Amino acid sequence: MSNLLTEPVLTALVAGALLAMVPLMFAALGESISERAGVLNIGLEGMMLFGAYAGFNGALYIHSSWIGLLLGAFGGMLAALVMVVLCVWMRLDQIVVGVGLFLFAEGVTSLLHGAQFGDSYPRIDHVSEIEVPLLSKIPVLGESVFHQHPIVYVGIAAVFLVHWMLRRTSAGLNLRAAGETPSALDAAGVDVTRTRTLAVLACGALAGIGGAYLSIIAAGSFTPMMTQGVGFIGIVLAMLARGKVMWVIALSFLFGISLSISTALQLAGVNISTDVIQMLPYVTVIAVLLLFARRSYLPSALALPYFRGER
Amino acid sequence: MSNVVTEPPVVAPVEAPPAPRRPLTRLEPVVQAIVPVLLSILASGVLLAILGRDPFAFYGNILHNGLLTDFGVQQSIVRMATLLLLAGGLIVAFRANLWNIGGDGQWLLAAAFVAGIAPSVVGGLGMAVGLPLMIVIGAVVGAAWTIVPAVLKAYYGVNEIITTLMMNFVGIALANILVKGPFLTDKPGVPRTEILPLDQRLPMLGGSQIHAGIIVAVAMMLVIHVVMTRTPLGLRLRVLGSNHRAAVHLGLRPQRLTLIAFAASGALIGMSGAVSMLGDWGSFRADFNPAYGLLMVPVVFLARMNALATIAFVALFAVIQIGGDTATRLADLPTAFILVLVGLLLFFMTITEFHRVRRQRRLAVASRAPRSAGAEEVR
Amino acid sequence: MITPDHLTSTAPTGGGASPAPAVELRGITKAYPGVVANDDIDLSVYAGEVHGLLGENGAGKSTLMSILSGMVQPDAGTIRVGGQEVSITSPRKALELGIGTVYQHLTLVPTLTVLENLMMGSGSALLDFGGARARFDELVATLGARIDPNAVASTLSLGELQQVEIVKALWRETRILVLDEPTSMLTPQGVTELQGVMQRLKDSGIAIIFITHKLHEAIEIGDRVSILKAGRRVGGIEPDELRARTPDELKTRIIDTMFGEGAAQLAGVAEMEVHTEEGGHHRELSGEVALELIDLSVDGGADEASVHDMTLSVHRGEILGIAGVDGNGQRQLAQAIAGQRPISGGDIRLEGSSIRKLGVPDRQRRGIGYVTDDRLHEGTVLDMSVAMNIVLKRIGERPFWRRGAIRQQEIDAFARDLVQRYEVRTPSVETNIGTLSGGNIQKVLLARELAFDPKLILYNKPTYGLDVKTASFVRSQIREQAEQGITVIVISTELDELVALCDRIAVMSSGRLTGVVDNGAGAHARVGELMLA
Repeated sequence: MSNLLTEPVLTALVAGALLAMVPLMFAALGESISERAGVLNIGLEGMMLFGAYAGFNGALYIHSSWIGLLLGAFGGMLAALVMVVLCVWMRLDQIVVGVGLFLFAEGVTSLLHGAQFGDSYPRIDHVSEIEVPLLSKIPVLGESVFHQHPIVYVGIAAVFLVHWMLRRTSAGLNLRAAGETPSALDAAGVDVTRTRTLAVLACGALAGIGGAYLSIIAAGSFTPMMTQGVGFIGIVLAMLARGKVMWVIALSFLFGISLSISTALQLAGVNISTDVIQMLPYVTVIAVLLLFARRSYLPSALALPYFRGER
Repeated sequence: MSNVVTEPPVVAPVEAPPAPRRPLTRLEPVVQAIVPVLLSILASGVLLAILGRDPFAFYGNILHNGLLTDFGVQQSIVRMATLLLLAGGLIVAFRANLWNIGGDGQWLLAAAFVAGIAPSVVGGLGMAVGLPLMIVIGAVVGAAWTIVPAVLKAYYGVNEIITTLMMNFVGIALANILVKGPFLTDKPGVPRTEILPLDQRLPMLGGSQIHAGIIVAVAMMLVIHVVMTRTPLGLRLRVLGSNHRAAVHLGLRPQRLTLIAFAASGALIGMSGAVSMLGDWGSFRADFNPAYGLLMVPVVFLARMNALATIAFVALFAVIQIGGDTATRLADLPTAFILVLVGLLLFFMTITEFHRVRRQRRLAVASRAPRSAGAEEVR
Repeated sequence: MITPDHLTSTAPTGGGASPAPAVELRGITKAYPGVVANDDIDLSVYAGEVHGLLGENGAGKSTLMSILSGMVQPDAGTIRVGGQEVSITSPRKALELGIGTVYQHLTLVPTLTVLENLMMGSGSALLDFGGARARFDELVATLGARIDPNAVASTLSLGELQQVEIVKALWRETRILVLDEPTSMLTPQGVTELQGVMQRLKDSGIAIIFITHKLHEAIEIGDRVSILKAGRRVGGIEPDELRARTPDELKTRIIDTMFGEGAAQLAGVAEMEVHTEEGGHHRELSGEVALELIDLSVDGGADEASVHDMTLSVHRGEILGIAGVDGNGQRQLAQAIAGQRPISGGDIRLEGSSIRKLGVPDRQRRGIGYVTDDRLHEGTVLDMSVAMNIVLKRIGERPFWRRGAIRQQEIDAFARDLVQRYEVRTPSVETNIGTLSGGNIQKVLLARELAFDPKLILYNKPTYGLDVKTASFVRSQIREQAEQGITVIVISTELDELVALCDRIAVMSSGRLTGVVDNGAGAHARVGELMLA
């Protein structure tokens, strides 16, 4: 097993983990925001697919990964608009609509892609990465951490920003109140619907960027249903992070490793089934839940629509 | 203020509101279900037209290939068997307000297990004992896979959405591990389980291509219907589903009920996986995942979790799915088109429901009419 | 004491004839489908004055308050604030107009700190902790309160929470303060303190609207009283008259205004000001012990109150009251007796034998009934019929089920009989119970417990939120049951009600039994003392 700790293996491991981590992190961050405001987004995966499709088209035709990512954000927000209208404005069941959004997004993006390209899968040219001067020369970490598309750093910065916002800004305070005791927020003269709308749209934008990252940077092409459950993992991570967004980074890195470790192990000549490795983080989490079982913290008004005057 | 009252003033007695017009109320659930179906077909048709396909030809093809050809209708009925049992599993859980959204994991694990041991079990015990036993084993595996979420939910209040999702991923991975490991055949190609010989699969009905799975499925739906509407257990589950605190107050043992509902849900989903393997596929190949779990969510809601109505809607769905396979191929579109239809169905369904609830609330308030200013009375 | 600038701007008037009212409502009307909640209400509130708004539940007080706080828009009528005609289209607008509201239910976010709660909706993008702290200290000094601004709201006591609510209502240049039933969760001493706070606010020129359904409070605390009845303002008492008359005269005058001349003598109406003579009905009790609590402890966990070492005996046919401020472990005690909640220590004995290990159904079968305080969310299943709700504690039992199959006709017939006996107003027994009024739902719950020969019934806040007539019906039912030998425990936060109803009153504070008082002369005061012990 000594060849496990060689430089190429570790580099592949960390680089792969980062690659797998970024979409997870964006998605889980978005879901955290939305859940803190009281909206459970089961359709997160759908938002990612919208983002992946829109972002891919942007990057393909405009030849800029940045514009692609931006369009991805818009795609995600478009999907989020469905949640906003049906769940925040019309106050319909968040879980049912979320499932609907997921299925609809799977269908519609596959359909559009099929109608557009048939059976061909055009690719995006290699997307430029940046090398952080000096730091990129560090062994292992240099090749992996400091040799990435800048959106990775943007994502990590976004987590810190949201963390700060939640604690230090009015918007953050409103968000926390909207998920916990919306009537209190209403009584304080803040529009609950508006707060939740913004939160869900932010969630859509972040999930969309995560999806766009998958298609533009990680895969370089769009394939139908390419998110493969990343959005659902994002929901799990957001719930495990219990609204504390800094945990999102750690958790998505952990799950990122598990998604990427098989490649690294193959490099090291160790052959463990990818299935085993991919299920490990879940098994760990479930074991922890069983051993230290306690009520997982969720905002008390999560998934509950707000009607003024009801208690 | 000076008029003398001899009795403490009584709030005006409530007039019984006019009895709701019977036929309309009877029909309402039907209208309620058909409107969203029509709307989603319409909206998808518009989408087809935008994509330059002829929606009429497309829907014609669905109908033709799903229902009007001999082969198509038999395929649809075969598909119904699998989907019905799955929908039944969702009904049981949703009725108790338990969001079992990890159905795929339960289904695949049961399917892999059944496919893995069926050739030797059915070969050894014979079909009369072997096949029913395999269905039971499928049910047991499916039920077993709900134990963790059920226990965490019942005793520690851990949100079942997160736990069933996680168990879902584990289940999918575990099914693949089984197929690539203990149940692997030495045949070349995609890793898969030993193939169950055709003559040892679920028997076909009267010379058709329809296997006995449909009988199992319909029978289970009838059982679910009777249990849910007539028996104490069904009522208890419904109470648990609509008001958990009331269930505690009434002494219904919510923890036990949660375990029962989850186990029944998993068992039915596991049976679905077993029937699919024993009837349709005969073998489980690696990375197989038809992802039926979430597809049945809209169907179950459309049917308002009524098991009998679910049979009708699953039939419709199966026709659309089977016919849609051919129709999308003919229209040169991905088969995922049906997902668009289903997704839209869910949206329109919730919107229709929204309007119904609003109308009902208005009626309810109005029927309380001549009370004094009681609208704000604290209840 | 630091006095905020705006608080001194208006000279205290002491309730005299000040020129322009701080708030003036004219012809306020609000109708809901089928119900007129506010019908052409006129109301003037003056700076430096407490305006008592009196009425029974459902009289339209809350609607009027919701209109003032911007939660509800009136159908007709005008509102003037400081002489200017305004329309209060949202809670934000109300706050901008200087109207602060202390709602009956708490509006603090339990997971946020006191300061964070106060800063909510501040308008500035960044949270200004320093500025908020200064403002907090200023207001807290005005109120004479002591609260830790960095404490998380869920860790505060109810009294402290209410102080924070008041601070919150005064936070933004408030000139008009609306208090919705502020005394409902306070001890008698707490009410006295609140009066002091209100006096100070009055002195600094704030106009206060004090909503209550208790007659004596309106008279004691209000400088001016308006009486609401069935959505209309049916009368009022001006400051001069309020000072000139004795409390008893005022009470008679108000009751006559509300219910017509001479109504004060009628039993049902007198319940509004429940029996002023204390414990008039002393009953002979059997010495037989029905229920015994022995060192009973219940662990409420992190979020709820606990019960500690309670020892108490209840005799057969007795009505035992349990008094205390809300949230001192009463609900946990009730749930422990009913079997809904495990006990962490001690024992519960019913007629001498321990029922500690029995679940809810077994205790029901032994004759323990429990009428919960949360009719809507615990007592009933709202989307099921009245008939179904009546048998929900007997699922699977004969004659309603036979061989595992439901017999709907038996259930409906049984329910029809009870509906008639308990005067439940419902179109039919097949109607969803959720469409009934609170009073009728409560009658269904009473019927459900009484239909199956109970030995002991536990009532948690049995008349909470009911109109006078239904409350009176419920109380007479309770008395009747006791006469028939049923043991009754009544948990209530309304001291007057317990004094009117009970043979003995036990008092709970912080989850402990602080004493048991025989009902009689002086019981009221003694119970009040024990609530603080």
